Amino acid sequence: MPEQSRDPILKFDKVTVTFDDVRALSDVSFEAFEGDTRILLGAAGSGKTVLLKTALGLLRPESGSVWVFGKDLSRLHEEELFEIRSRVGMLFQESALFDSLNIEENVGYPLVNQKSIQCPPEEVRPRVEEALRFVELEGTLEKFPSELSGGMRRRAAIARAVVTAPPLLLYDSPTAGLDPITAHTIIALIVKERDLNNTTTLLVTHRYQDGNLVANFRYNPESGQLEPAGDGQKSELRTRFMVMREGQLVFEGTQEELEASKDPYVTKFVRRRE
Amino acid sequence: MYGALGLLDVLKGPVLAIQEFFLLTGRALRNVIRRPHYGDDIFLQMDIIGVGSLPIVVLTGFFSGAVMALQMSRALAQYGQVGRTGQVVSITLVRELGPVLTALMVAGRNSSGIASELGSMKVTEQIDAMRALGTDPNQKLVMPRMVAAATMLPLLTIISDFIGMFGGWIISVFLLNLTSQQYWSSVWRALEWSDVAQGLLKPFVFAFVISLIGCYYGLRTTGGTQGVGRATTQAVVAASVLILALDFFFSKIFVSQAAR
Repeated sequence: MPEQSRDPILKFDKVTVTFDDVRALSDVSFEAFEGDTRILLGAAGSGKTVLLKTALGLLRPESGSVWVFGKDLSRLHEEELFEIRSRVGMLFQESALFDSLNIEENVGYPLVNQKSIQCPPEEVRPRVEEALRFVELEGTLEKFPSELSGGMRRRAAIARAVVTAPPLLLYDSPTAGLDPITAHTIIALIVKERDLNNTTTLLVTHRYQDGNLVANFRYNPESGQLEPAGDGQKSELRTRFMVMREGQLVFEGTQEELEASKDPYVTKFVRRRE
Repeated sequence: MYGALGLLDVLKGPVLAIQEFFLLTGRALRNVIRRPHYGDDIFLQMDIIGVGSLPIVVLTGFFSGAVMALQMSRALAQYGQVGRTGQVVSITLVRELGPVLTALMVAGRNSSGIASELGSMKVTEQIDAMRALGTDPNQKLVMPRMVAAATMLPLLTIISDFIGMFGGWIISVFLLNLTSQQYWSSVWRALEWSDVAQGLLKPFVFAFVISLIGCYYGLRTTGGTQGVGRATTQAVVAASVLILALDFFFSKIFVSQAAR
């Protein structure tokens, strides 16, 4: 089915966000369809996190409109946004787990608090355990975030983001500050979630290798490992790269187009494949 | 023309801050009657604000009552009225010192605590996460603190008043050689219903100042851990000054009423 005939799950239409006269996002437009993967690259302060928070309705655009699941967020009240947000999972940059709650309560938080999900109380614990099993953190139910390592906190936050099985997932720099092995584990979880549940994924990162992994590997449920996607499978992954600079979207295209770009800013983020 | 525009720019910040504070207050008050009520959080905050503040409130009350008895007895001795020490202690404590000192102590402990807790949550994106996960931070964080403070501060003030009177009794009996009956009867006779009314109304209003100022500065924290420290300091200073300013206005109203 051609993309144009479907409604986008996420659509930015000339979105501008300002803070005290400083433009954090400037005239940003793009669309993401069901099953799409978007890799958002950019330097620190280029507006990547602002874009994610605007997509979730946490920030309101000064002009332009943000459409999520066919609804214009700028026309909705905070209470109405809760219904939209219940269908979007978000991994925050610093995990943003609640310090005062243990991991079970943290991961179960959206199940208990999101009205539109209406999860029966007896189903909360099994679903939390399932989500923690997904990120391989089964033994941490009673632990508090402060008792976990940075990588484990990030995995617990992924469990919280996916516990409601949202069709759209936003990841804000999931590998920032992690060692290469842990970073690989986190990206593998993102690929696993995408491939098992066909989620639309928007991944913010400043590491090209993260995008490369997501664009070229798929999860094999039989082996439980990532494996290189064949040429036919790559088109199924539908991964597109976007590059941001000072609030503006300066590049949008495939990995091949990204690697062929002559823009000096864009090339800074690209590590050529061997 | 430029001077007027410059003044407008200078005033914009404070006016915006006041507007945001009243919006936060309005939402918190509205959330008292809206579901969910987060009863567990209210009781938890009652424990933190009420029970947690008890030791400093007891100590402050005791020493302020004792000091009041000592100082007033010296002044009253000039008129041969040392027997009225209890009267002065009770009126001063119930009308002024009890509510104000208790509120200042609780502000120092809890406005700062609330601002730093919420500020830390803000800079680590936990407030954003809360909104993303279907919870109104005002309902979950602000309303329980406001309700808990409004419930516990009048109770703490009553305790502080009694402990202060007890401190005055110790001084009166052991240093001023008054009898217990002399002291307590003068304490009891001095109080009128209007004293008790203002002694309870003040802490009720101060409780809103303490909790909402703490929440306001906490929720607008920016700038990492340095910002949390700044928010904490600002919350204590603003709450303390507002308590003293409001106390003046309350006293003015009650004194004017009494004079009629």
